[in-house]
Amino acid sequence: MIMTFETVLFYFLAAASIASAVMVITRRSPVMSVLFLIVNFFSLAGLYLTLHAQFIAVIQIIVYAGAIMVLFLFVIMLLNLGDEQRLAERISYKKMIAVGLSFAVLMEVLYVVAYSGTEFPTKNLERAVEIGTVEYIGRELFTTFLFPFEITSILLLAAIIGAVVMAKKKID
Amino acid sequence: MIELESYLLLSAITFVIGVIGVLTRRNAIIVFMSIELMLNSVNLTLVAFSAFLGDPTGQMLVFFVMTVAAAEAAVGLAIIIALFRNKQTLNIDEINILKW
Amino acid sequence: MNKFNVLDLWYSSPLVTLVVTGLVLLVLEGFRRKSQRMAFGVSAAGIIIAIGLTIVTYGENQPAFNNTFLQGTFGSFFSFVFLAAGLLSLILSREYLERLNIHRTEYYALVIFAIVGMMLMASAIDLVVLFLGVELMSLCLYVLAGFMRTRVTSNESALKYFLLGAFVTGFLLYGIALLYGTTGTTNLVTIGKNFEAYSGNAVFLLGVGMVMMGLSFKIAAAPFHLWAPDVYEGAPTSVTGFMSTAAKAAAFAAFITVFLRTFEFAGTKVSEILAILAAVSMMIGNIAAIAQNNVKRMLAYSSVAHAGYMLTGIAAGNEEGQIGIMFYLAAYVFMNLGAFSIVSLVEGQNDTRLSFDDYSGLSKQQPLLAALMSVFMFSLAGIPPLAGFFGKYYVFLAAVKADLTWLAILGVLTSLISVYYYLRLVVLMYFRDGEAQVAAKPSLGTIVAISLAAFLVLQLGLYPSLVVNIARGGF
Repeated sequence: MIMTFETVLFYFLAAASIASAVMVITRRSPVMSVLFLIVNFFSLAGLYLTLHAQFIAVIQIIVYAGAIMVLFLFVIMLLNLGDEQRLAERISYKKMIAVGLSFAVLMEVLYVVAYSGTEFPTKNLERAVEIGTVEYIGRELFTTFLFPFEITSILLLAAIIGAVVMAKKKID
Repeated sequence: MIELESYLLLSAITFVIGVIGVLTRRNAIIVFMSIELMLNSVNLTLVAFSAFLGDPTGQMLVFFVMTVAAAEAAVGLAIIIALFRNKQTLNIDEINILKW
Repeated sequence: MNKFNVLDLWYSSPLVTLVVTGLVLLVLEGFRRKSQRMAFGVSAAGIIIAIGLTIVTYGENQPAFNNTFLQGTFGSFFSFVFLAAGLLSLILSREYLERLNIHRTEYYALVIFAIVGMMLMASAIDLVVLFLGVELMSLCLYVLAGFMRTRVTSNESALKYFLLGAFVTGFLLYGIALLYGTTGTTNLVTIGKNFEAYSGNAVFLLGVGMVMMGLSFKIAAAPFHLWAPDVYEGAPTSVTGFMSTAAKAAAFAAFITVFLRTFEFAGTKVSEILAILAAVSMMIGNIAAIAQNNVKRMLAYSSVAHAGYMLTGIAAGNEEGQIGIMFYLAAYVFMNLGAFSIVSLVEGQNDTRLSFDDYSGLSKQQPLLAALMSVFMFSLAGIPPLAGFFGKYYVFLAAVKADLTWLAILGVLTSLISVYYYLRLVVLMYFRDGEAQVAAKPSLGTIVAISLAAFLVLQLGLYPSLVVNIARGGF
């Protein structure tokens, strides 16, 4: 089996994303979790590039890593959770059941995807490159997907109202 | 060339890591981060399907999911702040007025 | 094909009206000091105009916005239900909010935007729009559940609802992604047309399972109901009333759209799973409701049970099932909203006066309220000739037709259990002495609104065929 650059890149990014995901859910300090989550987002952005989705890869970094994660960090700092008392993270039988069930679900998904004999499409490189560009996505967004796009504007508005209502220090 | 299956398997693995995080962690912010992890692995599934099918819908859905995630982050963190003001803890085991 | 059509705005005019109302409310909030009173008037006017437009555009069968939105009989029917529930719940919550000192313009804006989300869920024929509708509704409800910011129970209820809701969103989205991957489209009409080709595909079925899980959470069907009692208890009662009626109806609209109007699973393993979900919800909901001493928790578990009865119709998978659920939801919205509004009248400051004992002797102090509450309780228990009875009758009939007789029998048996805890409240109100009292004297508007709900419950019971015909698509 010849390892092309693409395969090497894929396995590197895949390993990075799994490792960082495991770190996110195992760190004690929320700040460390956020940092590993950002690593995870960067490796996902790299994976999007291997799929020729340039636009998504860029906004993955700008929106997720740049905006959402900064918000997380900001809240953690605001609440001063860095030196919070150690949360008692006990290992209980409930957790073992939860992990066991999750693994069962994973096995099922893996089995279905890999061995159920479902035929997946193969990639048409030219088409994949075409739909990933900013021009193509912009055009689709304002023609075919205009309606959902407008809904998201209402969604964001509702989120702003909600955030202000919940978090504003003094009301009236 | 990498097959579609590889991407799907990878995203299934990270999805389940996120699920385990939600089910086992007790810190509300880390639980929320695990949820972000789940949403992101679904995004990978969507982009992979989109590229292999040559259909833009998947990438558009990813775009909308990111918007939803941003909105959820704003609201969720605001709720967390409101709770913290009243309770000074983020441990969901201590949310016991209403049993978890 | 991708051109924007001005007519689309006409087909979606109730939706557009509501969005504009919400925006006006926000502007109002910015410019007026005491905007709450005006906000109520503006939102009520907006909803009434939207109801009018819903009636005018009733059953408009033209797909709009590039095949993502179809008003149709189905969408119109549900829009009407959501708008009526929203209007009633706004009228009923005004005094409650004032009393608890959380009467704010944002409340109205959030309720309006939540209704927009619900209408999107009912009228969507595309998974993208359906997903965004679910999210818009849920986001507003998370905030509304925590609207009483200074009370810890309300905060906790919001956090719990939010974390579990976002968790389940992940599954719903994964399901949608898998459906998209196997079918190559998110359009439900296209998927429905080629359903035969996919129905044996394992990845497709996995996606169906995940979507089923996500929507079961939203309708609070067991075993995905664990959030319901706590969230319902902690949220302000006016929000609980809205959440347990309109939001449940919206989630069922999405459930019907995906599982009855798109997929044809009748008589397969999938419908067996749905039947099991229904059976478990009926049993867990009813048995747990008996043990409750808090009226809000009792109503929460009873809503789990009702989700089970309605799921029976989806498991049946025939047209009778769909019509039955639509009738059931219309009846359920009014009876449950009425019950919650009386709970909110009796409730005192800081979560007090919510237990069963606080209702003993209510008939002496407030004979009218006690009588109205009894109507809602009898209807929830399914005693003829009230609306609740016919709801159950239709869905169980559909189940028998689909060879799910065991499920119908189980439904009747668990309904008998439910009579116990509903009537317990009635007995307390009428035959027990106690110092039950209402927190504040209800205004004329509130009394009229509750009476209207009770009147509708009676009316739907006396003329069920009226609603059934509207649901079928004729007047």
